[in-house]
Amino acid sequence: MDTFVLIAITGIGLGALFFLVASGLSLIYGLMGVLNFAHGTFLTVGAFAGLWISTQVFTISNTWTFVGAMLFGGLAGGVFALLVERLVITRLYERHIEQALVTVGVALVVGAMLSGWFGNDPRLLPTPHWFINTVTIGKAFVPVDRFLYIGASLVLLIVLTSILRFTRIGLIIRAGVENRSMVGALGINVRLAFSAVFFLGGFAAGLGGVLVAAYQSGVTPLMSGSWLIYGFVVVVVGGMGSLGGSALAALLIGVVNQFTNYYFPGVGDFVIVFLLAAVLLTRPQGLLGKVGR
Amino acid sequence: MNAITLNNVDVYLSGSHVLQNVSFEVPSNKVTALLGRNGVGKTTTLRAIMGLIPSTGTISLFDKPIHGMPTYKIAHSGIGYVPEDREIFSTLSVAENLSLAVRDENPNYDLVYKLFPELLQRASQRAGTLSGGQQQMVAIARSLLNKNQIILIDEPTKGLAPKLVGEVAEALTHVANETTMLLVEQNLALVRSVAEHIIVMSQGSVVFQGDPSNLQNDEFVHSMLGVSGGLH
Repeated sequence: MDTFVLIAITGIGLGALFFLVASGLSLIYGLMGVLNFAHGTFLTVGAFAGLWISTQVFTISNTWTFVGAMLFGGLAGGVFALLVERLVITRLYERHIEQALVTVGVALVVGAMLSGWFGNDPRLLPTPHWFINTVTIGKAFVPVDRFLYIGASLVLLIVLTSILRFTRIGLIIRAGVENRSMVGALGINVRLAFSAVFFLGGFAAGLGGVLVAAYQSGVTPLMSGSWLIYGFVVVVVGGMGSLGGSALAALLIGVVNQFTNYYFPGVGDFVIVFLLAAVLLTRPQGLLGKVGR
Repeated sequence: MNAITLNNVDVYLSGSHVLQNVSFEVPSNKVTALLGRNGVGKTTTLRAIMGLIPSTGTISLFDKPIHGMPTYKIAHSGIGYVPEDREIFSTLSVAENLSLAVRDENPNYDLVYKLFPELLQRASQRAGTLSGGQQQMVAIARSLLNKNQIILIDEPTKGLAPKLVGEVAEALTHVANETTMLLVEQNLALVRSVAEHIIVMSQGSVVFQGDPSNLQNDEFVHSMLGVSGGLH
């Protein structure tokens, strides 16, 4: 039972990290139809920004400096995503092949630049001392950082959902997804709204980058690779454009991955691919996606 | 003074020369009807004015050029647009559809709810679940919330039941008293009741523009419209 609790909470924590990566992808692809292979770069840029402020600006490492690093990483990821959208994507809406090619190009170029600048060795991200603590649930010793990942994901889910549901920019985004030209004909600059989507997606990825760096004990230019793949899997399984679906899929994939790897070491990734195939075959729109989107 | 002036406007769509050297004026404070058979370029003309499709030539609003501007800026300069097939946002509620269209500080909800009281009762209903007539009300209401210099309305009675045609016609008559209107409409009874100026198009070109009374005995124009016996 203790092992079950430990694996379950670790799986939920891992799922929370998957959600941080996938939420931006879900927004950008699901709402705007942009195939963004540079999303992993937003995560890496966020992680490096978090590392920079933690080591160059903050002289101590505590809870508040880590929260500051998370927000700064999110901001850096958001600003970088905004730049990519304004400079590259804005000319390529509705052109999926070009989007894929260009965003792969951006990912390669930025990855190479970061490698040239920082090298590929992991750099340790300072974390508060309580990161190494555990809490006891039953007889299981659960690392405290898992709860931080879960909390951050929950806050992000609530904030993003609230923005889409209750704000004017969210209203414009939802309308623009349905009929972009009509939104323009009502006198609204829908491009600005779509830039906002990129910023939000980049913010989520950047924030996720800092937490992923804390989870895997280091920042490297190559850190986003497998996380981006998991992000795409989560978005497809959850349903394009459905933040709730992404959250559910991330949770499912994180928990299934951890349990499988515990009982059948090394088989976790295979089971996730099997799960993806099963969802595509039986419910192609994803768990909470809408048919025909 | 003219609200809208088109000079030598051409539009090519998928290799077809859809609008050919179209020039006309829409006088201010009047209802102008843009007539013609299906496929002559009426909807394309409205879309070109709104900047929704690429065109050449010049288009101006009260002598200020709007041609080449992004669609949202054209709308901001004071043009309301009610497109063919309504194009309401089906996943949003009625209230959200209306709220999205608001540009003015004091949107005229009073006028909207006076003309279409049903929209107030159905404020929280998803617009996609409304009937065709109710969706048309939403589409027209969006253009009435702001103080526009002109409203472009594309076939507002298309596909509506006769009873609803009457309701929409009544609303349009009311709107006609408030603002300049360029109306594309196949329902000649409605056109007769509101239009003070008429433009007739055929095969992508303007073949007549002027007072409806001048049109009564013009057999050539009647043949372009596919009607016989005039607009009586």
